[in-house]
Formats: sequence, structure tokens, C-alpha cells
Amino acid sequence: MKPFSELLDRLLYAPARTSKLALLEDYFRTVPDPDRGFGLAAIAGTLSLRVAKSGVIRELVAERTDPELFHWSYDFVGDLAETAALMWPEHQADRDWPHLSEVVVAMDELPRGQLTKQIAAWLDTLDATGRWALLKLATGSLRVGASAGLARAALARYGKVEPALVEEAWHATAPPYLDLFAWLDGRMPRPEIAHAPVFRPLMLAYPLDDEQAQRLDLAEYSAEWKWDGIRVQVVAVRGQVRLYSRTGDDVGPAFPEVVERVRFEGVLDGELLVARGGEVASFNDLQQRLNRKAVTPAMLQDYPALVRLYDILFDGEEDLRGLPFLERRERLEAFVARERPEGMDLSPLIPDSGLDELDRMRRSAREGGTVEGLMLKRKDSLYVPGRPKGLWWKWKRDAHLVDCVLMYAQRGHGKRSSFYSDYTFGAWQDGPDGEELVPVGKAYAGYTDEELKLLDRWIRDHTIERFGPVRAVEPRLVFEVAFDSIHPSSRHKSGVAMRFPRIARIRWDKPAAEADRLATLIDLMA
Amino acid sequence: MHPERWVQVRPEGLYVVPGDFYVDPVRPVDRAVVTHGHSDHCRGGHGAMLATEATLAIAAARLGEGMAPSRQAAAYGEMVRIGEVDVTLYPAGHVLGSAQVLMEHQGGRIVVSGDYKRRADPTCTGFEPVPCDVFVTEATFGLPVFRHPPIEEELRRLLHSIELFPERCHVVGAYTLGKAQRLIVELRRAGWDRPIYVHGALAAMNELYRGFGIELGELRPATAGVKGEPRRELEGAIVIAPPSAIADRWARRLPDPVICQASGWMRVKQRAKQGGIELPLVISDHADWDELLQTLDEVGAPRVWITHGREEALQYAARKRGFGAEALRLVGYDEEGS
Repeated sequence: MKPFSELLDRLLYAPARTSKLALLEDYFRTVPDPDRGFGLAAIAGTLSLRVAKSGVIRELVAERTDPELFHWSYDFVGDLAETAALMWPEHQADRDWPHLSEVVVAMDELPRGQLTKQIAAWLDTLDATGRWALLKLATGSLRVGASAGLARAALARYGKVEPALVEEAWHATAPPYLDLFAWLDGRMPRPEIAHAPVFRPLMLAYPLDDEQAQRLDLAEYSAEWKWDGIRVQVVAVRGQVRLYSRTGDDVGPAFPEVVERVRFEGVLDGELLVARGGEVASFNDLQQRLNRKAVTPAMLQDYPALVRLYDILFDGEEDLRGLPFLERRERLEAFVARERPEGMDLSPLIPDSGLDELDRMRRSAREGGTVEGLMLKRKDSLYVPGRPKGLWWKWKRDAHLVDCVLMYAQRGHGKRSSFYSDYTFGAWQDGPDGEELVPVGKAYAGYTDEELKLLDRWIRDHTIERFGPVRAVEPRLVFEVAFDSIHPSSRHKSGVAMRFPRIARIRWDKPAAEADRLATLIDLMA
Repeated sequence: MHPERWVQVRPEGLYVVPGDFYVDPVRPVDRAVVTHGHSDHCRGGHGAMLATEATLAIAAARLGEGMAPSRQAAAYGEMVRIGEVDVTLYPAGHVLGSAQVLMEHQGGRIVVSGDYKRRADPTCTGFEPVPCDVFVTEATFGLPVFRHPPIEEELRRLLHSIELFPERCHVVGAYTLGKAQRLIVELRRAGWDRPIYVHGALAAMNELYRGFGIELGELRPATAGVKGEPRRELEGAIVIAPPSAIADRWARRLPDPVICQASGWMRVKQRAKQGGIELPLVISDHADWDELLQTLDEVGAPRVWITHGREEALQYAARKRGFGAEALRLVGYDEEGS
């Protein structure tokens, strides 16, 4: 439990991905089985423990601490589990750390009444960081800024193998991942994945700019629409069906109707969309279905899912990834004709066209929000995991541009940690006291290192208030902000949310009063 | 006479009527008794100052020789009469030269502890409980969530991190007076014998500590580097700098720094996160909660006056233990470097 709690503690503070990878790799190297596998599962979110409610913490705290002192402490610390962990009475002499595996097994097996007692007994033997980690684990809220994807990347580094190999093997094993580590340690072959519904790492595309487009030999490429949904991989092996997102997370539970309708065997690549009567709806509609734990019948009715297929990796157990794109396309069309998969259709190919014609089509992909631009795939491209150079391109429609005013700046992370590099900007609206700015988005990218330095200096010179790492600045600097699309959002004060905002230009010259109004942004919504 | 009758809280600080002097005044006064050299307790412009020799040296180094025209050094345990009050300084264990002030008048005994800690610190004399009628205590970490782990444990985490990130530089924010030198000496004890790099703001206090016989090993300036170019020799090194310097432009010239901070506040995760700290080290020169209560028990004064910090919780806990406890609500002492 001690190495695990120290790992969580450090992950919580580590700003850079590379640091997190190094911390995880060290953990895998120094902690024995099965603890490291359980630690991995806890971080990757694959440890399905019965979690205790926060009421259990309150119960324990009430037994062991003074309510008045707890009240002041909680008020100061602001987090229940952390407060309890910090103020728990301590007897350093009795330190006898339980193993993480003991904790995990006991949490799974003990009846609830006994579990609370057991948690108290563990708390007596841990230090503050250990108690914090235990309470976070027990209440199922680790939140230390590490994901399953990050954990798998660290595994690949640890075992010095290709990330794609770990991605595949990952889905064939389960906590505490003994066979996975045995393979990475070179003691055993890779876990058997032939008959498991595993994720196959995706082939990704490079963004194409206009200049690169001029140089492409278009005869070598096949064009199709770039749909504005989420990329999914449908895997059906021996009656087991999975719906994987592009990062290899199983999103099947959020889209049960897609999973239930699968009758075929194979692995397909496509775009998950919301469509009503064959008519594709905007990304915003799809958003209603994402990140939901419970799926209501009303949601299934109002936001029906469709998978629009554009590639095939396996037909039954036959691996097609070694075939060129056009041959796979033929196989995909034959597959769809044969299986007639319900709730799925084919993404049509665009007939070969000249650059001007394609460019016109790309630009015509306006709001309405179902198409983001074009995909150009080399006709002879094999299905290669990762982002191989020059095989697939995404050629997006032009971004929207608006002028916004810098409102807040925050210090960045890693190499940028001493610069103010994260910017919140706003647009004008009518307020009770005349024109006021309302925040409409946040950008971390789009400027050069040289510009970053200038911005940093400007921010330090124009700060009007400081809140921790954030500075409020005088509303004087205008950014030309580019973004892909804009959608209504109830989570933002402005009522709008941008997709992929970035800073196109810094308008040192432009008076802030001439920046855009919120109404202009709302007009850009579909 | 009852202590409340001869000690008063005034805007300048704690005033001792029969001696006509202040303890740690926050404004210039005629006569001051100063517990230790931190700038919130030791300010310039007084007519006369009584303190330990080390505190006077620290004050002179920080404030210039003109900080008080009349200076008197007192050794620990040496009684000095000021007006109608007998004043004796006892070690407080906070930083080099730090003292508690025992004041005796007409049979009454008050101890003003200043800032203090109970852990062993190789750079200063350890705290000594002094029996008295009224014990005036700080409450910087006056909440039960504050419990400082052993310093060896915190340094083990620092050294492990250096092993883990050998190409990065670990820059530790530590208060210029006391914390920085204690950290250096404790690092030496933990076996770190490589040069330690220090920010320019630390140089004067390091020299002063050396002058008082405290070995710091090889120190090198961390500030002298080619502009804009990170110094390669700092890879894998420990740099110590004032807390204000670690998150700012100064730190940019260090090679991919791991920002660390040595402070009792690092116990609270949100505090550390807000400060952009990547490796918080819970190392404090103050008593933690358990030690505050332990000290009240050991000193055994029936009455406890609480100066600065989180006084409500300590007052509550002291009363539950049977002490008459009051918060004095003195203003002007900050929490920096705690």
C-alpha cells in the first residue's frame, strides 16, 4: 500500500505526461506481483470494487475525532477524505502497512459492516498519504490525472515493446494482470488474444493543409467525407461484442442498442453518430449520449445511434489489415451486403475528383455539423496502427475566426510552468452596467515560443487580480481565435462551447472594444 | 501582580508595562525584546533591542547595522533586568538564535514563546519548557490536520525523486533564514555530499550560519548562468531558493525543474497544487498540532494566550484540557516560511 499511495500522491502533482510515465514505470519496476497489477487496475479504472459512500468516512471520523476540531479542519482542507486522512489519530509505532492486494481482496469479500471496521483498522496502520490513498480507493474517487491510456503507455515503456502490442494484449487480460507483466518481463509469450474481443489499435490520419494538398498526387488517394462523430471500433468475437473508442475504452455500455444488434463476427472501423430516419444529427446531439452512466429509454428514442462504417480489420477471424485500402473496401462492401448489420451503414466513397472540386466540397462542409471535411486515404495503404506518415490525411473545413478579449491567464505545465500560457478569453454582451465580457473559451495553443514570452510579459504587466496560479488581466488584449465549431452548452456561463479553440493571431493592434459580441458567436451555431 | 495587569496588546505589539518594552513589535518602538530574526518578528527602527547574539547578527545582516542604535545580547538562561522586569531568554528551537522570553515581575511569570518547534534541528538549540503562570504560544499549525512527518522521510522522497528524474533539476523552495540551512545540514546527514546550489538571496544567511560554526558543505551559486541557457551541471542537482523564486522566471533557466517546496503547509494537497508544486515536502520549523498540545502539557501554565495562526481550534483544545486559553489576536505576523 505504501508504494501505491506514494505513486498516487506524486501523480496528483506531476504536471507533465513524461513525468507521469516515469513514475508509473518506476512503480511497475519496483513493486512485486500482484500488487503492481492491482495498482495498475486502480489507475486504469478497471478495478471494479464495491465502493463505500462518503458516509462511511463521516462515520469513522465521528468515532475517532472531535466534531468541533473536525469541523474547523474540514473547513480549512476542503476535501472530506483528505481531512479524515490528515487528522486521523496516529500511532507511528504500530506501522504495519497492508499490501494493496490484501486491501482489494478484502474490500471485495467483507460484508459491509465488517468492511467499515477493517478500514478503520487499516487507517490505524498507515501514514497520512496511505490513509488518503485508502480512502480515495474505498470511495472510488482516485482522480489523480492518470488514465488507462497513460497506464498502457507506461507499460509499453516498462516492457520496451510497441504501444500497439500492449493495447491489444491489454484487453485479453484482467486485474491483477499477472500474464501481462509476465510477458513484459519476458517470462511468457504475449497473452492470447485470438479469441478475445480485444481492441486493435487504430490507424490515424495527419491533418492536411492547403499547401500540402497542392503537392498530393490525388490519383493515389481515395476521398470520403469526414463525419463529425466519434471514431469507434466494433469488435465481435465468438458472441462477445465490444464498442471501443479511439483510445481503446469500451463505450458499449453507453450505446447498448449498437451492441445488442450485432450478429456478425469481425472487427469494423467507423464513426458513431446520432441519426434519425437516416438523417445524421449534429455532434451536439451525440454529446447527449456520451459519458452517461445510465441510458434511459427516452435517450434511445431521441438520440438513436448509427455506426457509419469505413473500414474492416477482420472478417470473422480473417485478418484483413495486410490488404491495401481498396481491397479492404471491397471486402467491407461485401461484408455489409452479406451481413446487413442493423443500425450500421456504409460511408460512401467520393468519386475521384480534381483538387479544386475536392476543395470546394471540403469548404461546403458547413455547419449543420455532420461533416467536418474530407478524408484522403492512399488506395494502397495497409491498415497500420498509429499515425504512419503520408498514408491517411484529414482535410478539415476552414475554422471559424472570431476576435475575443483576454480575461484570465494561468500558468502552464512542464516546460511552460513558469509562463502564463493558458488563456481564457471572452466576448462582449450587454450587462447591467453597460458592455461586459463573458468568458467563451480557453486556449492553450496556437502561439509561438516567442509570442508566449511576449504574452507572459504583457500579462504580468497588466494583472489586476491574482487567484492562486490564475491572473485576471485588464480587458485590453484581443486574440483572433480559431475553432472548428460551436455548440450550445448549459455548463458554460456564456451558453456556448467551442470545439478545438486555438489562438490564430494576437491582435496587438486591435482595440478591445472592437472585439466580437457573444451574439455573433451564437449566430455561428447550427 | 496578575499578568493581565502588566502585559497589554497594543497596535505595536505585546507591551510589557513595568519594563516599558515590547516583545517582537511590528512597528518601531523605543525598546524591543526580539525572539528571532524572521522579518515579521524582527523589524528595524527600534531605539534599543535585546536578543540573543545570533538574532542580533541576523538582524544586522538583514536590516543593516543601523537597525537599532542600542543593542544588547543575552545568552540563553542569563537574566537581564529591564525596568522592573527580569527577562531571561530560553531556546525555542525555531531557527538559529531563536528564543522564548521569560518575564518575571512581582512573583508572576510569563513566557512568550515566539515561534517554536519541538523536533531536533542540528542548526539551533532545542526548545526548553519553562514553567510559568502564563504561556504565550503561536498557533501557526493549530489544526489537527497538521502533523509533520519525520524529516528523514521527506528527504527520502526527495532523494528518490532525484534517482527517478536524473536529467532534471530539483529546486526546493525554502525560507532564506533557517529552513534553507536546516535543509542543507539534514541533506548532508542523509548522505548528499554533492555540491548544493543556492539562490543568491540565501548567500548572506548561509555565511552567517557558517560563522556560528554550522557546517554546510560545498555550496555553489545557482544564479550565475548564461542567459537563456539552462546549465547542464544542474541536471540531477539540488537547488535551494526562496519560495518566491521557484515558480517564477528565475526557475526557467534551470534544466526542466521539479518544483519542490519545504513547508508545513505542503501537508494540504490543495495548497501544494495551487502553488504549482510538483513535489511537496512537509518540513516545518513550527510545532505541529500534537506538539502544540504536548508543549502546553509540559509547560503546565494554567493560562495560555494564543498569538497568531489558527487560534480558535487551539483555544478550544486547550480549554478541553483544562487550561484557561485566550486568543490575543495580535496582528502583523505572517505565515511565510512556515
